Amino acid sequence: MKIAAEDDVVLVRRTVRTLAIERGFDSFSSAAVTTATSELTRNVWVHATGGSAIIEEVAEGDRAGLRIRFQDRGPGIPDIERVLAGGYSTARSLGLGVSGSRRLVDEFSIESTVGEGTVVTIIKWKRF
Amino acid sequence: MHGAIPILRIGHVLIATVHIDLKDAVAEAFHADILTSIQKTNAVGVVIDISGLDTVDSYVARVLADISKTARLMGTTAVLVGMRPEVALTLIRMGYAMEGMRTALNLEEGIALLGYSLERR
Repeated sequence: MKIAAEDDVVLVRRTVRTLAIERGFDSFSSAAVTTATSELTRNVWVHATGGSAIIEEVAEGDRAGLRIRFQDRGPGIPDIERVLAGGYSTARSLGLGVSGSRRLVDEFSIESTVGEGTVVTIIKWKRF
Repeated sequence: MHGAIPILRIGHVLIATVHIDLKDAVAEAFHADILTSIQKTNAVGVVIDISGLDTVDSYVARVLADISKTARLMGTTAVLVGMRPEVALTLIRMGYAMEGMRTALNLEEGIALLGYSLERR
């Protein structure tokens, strides 16, 4: 899905939430993955003014989950460690977007090159 | 975007039910609407009902906390009510407990916290 306007933050988040509920995620897991999606989609919109979110269903053995990849061609993050630690913000926010969403999902990876862009991938597994 | 979230007055208490997504324009208008309503009505408190929100991200949390802080500067109390369990857990996991904000379980409790009662006398 394209992230090119503020409304897309809501659209991407709604899509993830609907999918999570359809796939039987409980309310806590649904809220976690939806909120992480909201944070990361907003980051793409605010920092890079555009990019995309790729939402996929994944399976590993008996486990089913959702993987969402957020990519942008924005300025990139010079100091990833600092951003991951939380409380660091260049935009007007709490600076919890990246560090917070990392704590909400099961798998989290971030790759960023200054001047080229950022890719964040999250996976949330369904609990049994 | 002004008026997108209606603010009702009951006695000296203002009640706002957030039922739509607080995107930038809506959030700013809502914040301004609350402050002007406080001034116009001499309200002693504002109860903000978020039971309709299934997702509260750090952006929305900051908007709500800012409303609370400015309401306090004006001499009133904002009370956040109706937060869903999964929303509360998500905010705590993210490391944002919204400390400093008054909270109550539901609308009735929120109004009671401000010293009023909805019960029939």
